[in-house]
Amino acid sequence: MDFLQPVLDGFGVVLAPTNLLYCLLGVVIGMLIGVLPGLGPAATIAILLPLTYGVEPVTAIIMLAGIFYGAQYGGTITSVLLRLPGEASSVVTVFDGYMLAKQGKAGTALGIAAIGSFVGGTVGIIGLTFLAPVVAGFALSFGPPEYAALALLGILLVATISSGSKSKALIAAAFGLLLATVGRDVFTGAERFTFGNLSMADGIDFVPVAMGLFGLGEILYNLEERHRAAKAPAKVANVWPSRADLKQSSGAIGRGSVLGFFLGILPGGGATISSMAAYALEKKRAKQPGRFGKGAVEGVAAPETANNAAATSSFIPLLTLGIPANATMALMFGALLIQGVTPGPQLVDQHPDLFWGVVNSMYIGNILLLIMSIPLVGVFVRILRVRAAILAPITALITLLGAYTINNSMFDVTLVVFFGIVGYLMKKFGFEPGPLVLAFVLGELLEANLRRSLLVLNGDLGGFFERPISASLLAIFLAVALWPALQSLLARRKAAGAVETVKTQKAKEKV
Amino acid sequence: MNETTNLTPAPAGREEDLTPEQLAAQWESEAPRAAGPVANLVSSAVAVVLGAAGLILSLRLGLGTPSQPQPGLWPFVMSLVIAVLGLAQMVIGRHGGDGEKFSRLSWLVLFGTATLVGLVALMPVIGFEIPSLLLCFVWMKFLGGESWRSAALYSVLVIAAFYGIFILGLGTTIPHLF
Repeated sequence: MDFLQPVLDGFGVVLAPTNLLYCLLGVVIGMLIGVLPGLGPAATIAILLPLTYGVEPVTAIIMLAGIFYGAQYGGTITSVLLRLPGEASSVVTVFDGYMLAKQGKAGTALGIAAIGSFVGGTVGIIGLTFLAPVVAGFALSFGPPEYAALALLGILLVATISSGSKSKALIAAAFGLLLATVGRDVFTGAERFTFGNLSMADGIDFVPVAMGLFGLGEILYNLEERHRAAKAPAKVANVWPSRADLKQSSGAIGRGSVLGFFLGILPGGGATISSMAAYALEKKRAKQPGRFGKGAVEGVAAPETANNAAATSSFIPLLTLGIPANATMALMFGALLIQGVTPGPQLVDQHPDLFWGVVNSMYIGNILLLIMSIPLVGVFVRILRVRAAILAPITALITLLGAYTINNSMFDVTLVVFFGIVGYLMKKFGFEPGPLVLAFVLGELLEANLRRSLLVLNGDLGGFFERPISASLLAIFLAVALWPALQSLLARRKAAGAVETVKTQKAKEKV
Repeated sequence: MNETTNLTPAPAGREEDLTPEQLAAQWESEAPRAAGPVANLVSSAVAVVLGAAGLILSLRLGLGTPSQPQPGLWPFVMSLVIAVLGLAQMVIGRHGGDGEKFSRLSWLVLFGTATLVGLVALMPVIGFEIPSLLLCFVWMKFLGGESWRSAALYSVLVIAAFYGIFILGLGTTIPHLF
């Protein structure tokens, strides 16, 4: 029972009134901001980062996790009611969710999504509870070379899995790593890229970078997207799904939970991939696949369950290895660092209260989400009816004034505006901001571990390949890095054959 | 004009009967056009130039040897990666294909950015109230197309709420006039 004691203590941490309150606050605020079209979980967390300053570390992370779940569910609400996916992981929810809404069953869709999210999240948490300490124990033997290799692999995977041009994503990631070197060098004390600016001597803070790239950049980008504005339905009735609906979707929820959990552990877009995979799986398994896209309850239940399970399991690499699996987890990582907590294999042993507090807060967060989302649907519908023109300046001002309150510094606000413009331009020119933020967060860890390894290995880079774990990690790194080149080579060779197959496929589709 | 068709939503009745495949196709067609080869060339060139600048600056910091790395070594490697990938991207992406073309609506963003810069410049001098009020009003009226009356009304309400929360409620030290 030794294993369970810290888990139970964790519940004691979460059930402290302050933590419970912040968890509730996080879930509600996350839903409120996440419901705004165009602002997904990453943007929501970025904008709300200042809220966690001056709060206990455990409480801050509990609140951020709450914001994360809330924002995730907020995206579902816009998918169902407005046909506007709030984020990539609820795109497939639109297909059946909006159809259900059109048939007057918006409530059912939202209710099923909430229940599916709850189940998926809970399965994810149970898996996390048992798997995380195992992974952490395994990672305890990691030295600097292993960490350097792991960080490199994580950054590469996130950059190559992102949508759009891979080389552009890699450029963005390299910029993130370069940006992380600004300030005083930890090893020699030399100032790097500060240009004599005192505000930069301590390096660029993570928060203004994240708030600018994810928050303000997204807000500026949305200014162009006015044509996507849509009308929310006036009323959403019967939120509780019927027993028949529940029975129909129970299989989808079960399969979605498991699928989402395992896909979520993998680096890069876990929630998005798993929601699509779950939808595809259900459609394939269904006796009448034709129902999908016309308002099938499973079409909402499966992706929503899977993306929540994946969102939960993506905490595993963060909390046990200290490597965020995606951009949202990079924000969590940054927030933990600000609180003076370095996520990694030692976390379970050194800060069991924090570790299990966060994990268990997810149970509570999911329960709160379930309780709050259903009665609050009416409120969200009302928010959705507020015009984007009025909401845009409000979110922009929240971001700027919030950035000021972190250090009481105008320099931070200036940085937010600067990175906001950079973020907007990056999107316009096809560079993903996600890999940049992720690499920026990991930059210091990566450089420090690389340099430490070089000292340990006496400058011999071959030493990385003499240690089994770092060697296999680097082998995967090289395979992932070289795969696209190999692929295009193979594709060119098969080009003639491929044209043939495409033609026959198209012919089949017509039949 | 492409932009004007984007502004007016398609007739609601028909649009709602689309299947997922049609919907996805419609999103595809509604999506802004890719930025094109020129944008790719320019953005890759910017990356190369920044990478080159990084190379020079890190050389000045000193590289050292692998066994005795100096502060410039790691930034040098990263700048090299940026410069090389930037050059590669010039070739790989020469047909364009990603990114988004600037449209007439992009002027709104430029306009919005200008108000943000104005806010940052004025806030330390005259406090946040007046610049924020102006920003709100400009975004609502000119960027969002609200009426004069509702833009003015909502701006005042929003700033009053911010004053209440940040100054009276939380007691932050945000520069304020009143």
